[in-house]
Amino acid sequence: MANICRASRKDFRDAVVEAREAQEGWAGRSAFNRGQILYRMGEMLESRRQAFVDTLVNTAGYDEDEAVSEVDAAIDRLVWYAGWTDKFAQVFGSVNPVASSHFDFSMPEPSGVVAAFCPENAPLLGLVSCMAPIIATGNTVILIVENDAPTLALDFAEVLDTSDLPGGVVNILTGYREELREHVGGHRDVDAILSVGASTEERTLLEREGAESVTRMEFRPDRSPAEWRSEESQSPYWMTPFVEFKTTWHPVGR
Amino acid sequence: MQRPRTAAYRPPQVPSVDQVAAEERAARLASRSIKKDAKVEGLKRLIAMLDLTTLEGADTPGKVKSLCQKARTPDPDRDYPSVGAVCVYPPMVPVAREQVAGTDINVASVASYFPSGQAALDERVEEVERVRDAGADEIDVVINRNAFLSGEYGRVHREISALAEASGDAHLKVILETGELETYDAVRLASRIAMDAGADFIKTSTGKVKPAATMPVTLVMLEAIRDFYRETGRKVGMKPAGGIREAKPALRYLVLVKETLGDDWLTPERFRIGASSLLNDLLLQLEKERQGRYHSKRYLSLG
Repeated sequence: MANICRASRKDFRDAVVEAREAQEGWAGRSAFNRGQILYRMGEMLESRRQAFVDTLVNTAGYDEDEAVSEVDAAIDRLVWYAGWTDKFAQVFGSVNPVASSHFDFSMPEPSGVVAAFCPENAPLLGLVSCMAPIIATGNTVILIVENDAPTLALDFAEVLDTSDLPGGVVNILTGYREELREHVGGHRDVDAILSVGASTEERTLLEREGAESVTRMEFRPDRSPAEWRSEESQSPYWMTPFVEFKTTWHPVGR
Repeated sequence: MQRPRTAAYRPPQVPSVDQVAAEERAARLASRSIKKDAKVEGLKRLIAMLDLTTLEGADTPGKVKSLCQKARTPDPDRDYPSVGAVCVYPPMVPVAREQVAGTDINVASVASYFPSGQAALDERVEEVERVRDAGADEIDVVINRNAFLSGEYGRVHREISALAEASGDAHLKVILETGELETYDAVRLASRIAMDAGADFIKTSTGKVKPAATMPVTLVMLEAIRDFYRETGRKVGMKPAGGIREAKPALRYLVLVKETLGDDWLTPERFRIGASSLLNDLLLQLEKERQGRYHSKRYLSLG
């Protein structure tokens, strides 16, 4: 079918440099603009809908109906998170009651650079379901893809490229997570890690390696393609693991 | 040190540079892989060879102080060498002098109407004298590109000689601003003129013009230094400056020096790199070698 890149730890290192470079600018854009870009991604995916359906059928062994529903669900999911970008802070931020004469409020801010081990199932939708909630709040991400149809992730990179997404916000690496995880866990410039379908061994390793730099860890089980399509697989609580809440005390006079 | 007489200077005949060969050789030397112990040794040596530079209109005494602090102890938790020199604008020389007192760090400053050099010779000489009297150990001067590009090589030589005279005991680094010289032949000729006129160091760029230091330009200048040494026995130093921000390209410059001039030049007395943000990347790579984990700039001070 194709020769697929097998990312090394140095590819990961380079990806982190790019992601770090891009993060401030991405977080600095207005939430609305991030939403526009996510929405545009949905549109670009829709314009290539048939191509993705065919790839799912030919390389991932989906039947036609299932392939169509996965691509449609991926488009909907992008649009769904696009809508969340400029509502997330209002819903999860808060004005806190305090005893002194202060205006006290807590607001979510992006964690920074996130590395995500993507699910093995649902090669398109699983990827989108991991990526969208991470970048919606202003993080940049390195997606590590190991599954039976990695070319889909690379086709998806073409969608990203044509949707006004700034360079470095999403970085896709295809390769063996077993080879990369130690270096991902230990990298001190990675702020958070999402691992979908981690084995016990992987979880232990990531937690041990990430302990010194207090890297945030989020572990989720993999799901079947049908489960990935369901509404249970999209939630604003998929965004909250990758934000930090900053509380500000602002003096008010009387 | 002996300064050559300036009375009747005949522009030197320098061999012409084969552009393709120079670029090819520089690229080949850049492809060497330096790992593990050799890398750590190279990185530490690069720190000692660094001219930690701040040449901004927005420089304040406070910024120069923090730069000097970083120059003295690049990483407070580790026993790394201090940098070779701090390089600042003339008004900041007294501040820097005070901050690095009692250390091996030299104070370098730019003079002669840096970065353009567009001023009368008297004014440029006077500025060099002022910087010297303010206590700079090293003075970086720019050549008169206006005269050089007009073909007035005798005048370029005369001017550098006058600046060398004015610099007294301070080390004189002559900036060719290779980004404005257009050809390697011109770089080679300018290098020779500067060395004839008494430069202690030749330096690629001010950092204000792009392209600044490149590998092929540095190779051409190193070869000019080598040929000058063979002819006269005088060892002139080399300083690439501008645009070197990462450890990997910096290590490649060491390879270039080693292969062109040998170990005699691999010391802070004869080789320097002018840079402002390189130091943090060197520290980052050293820390990676120490811990075995990729490090983050967030653990380092700004600069």
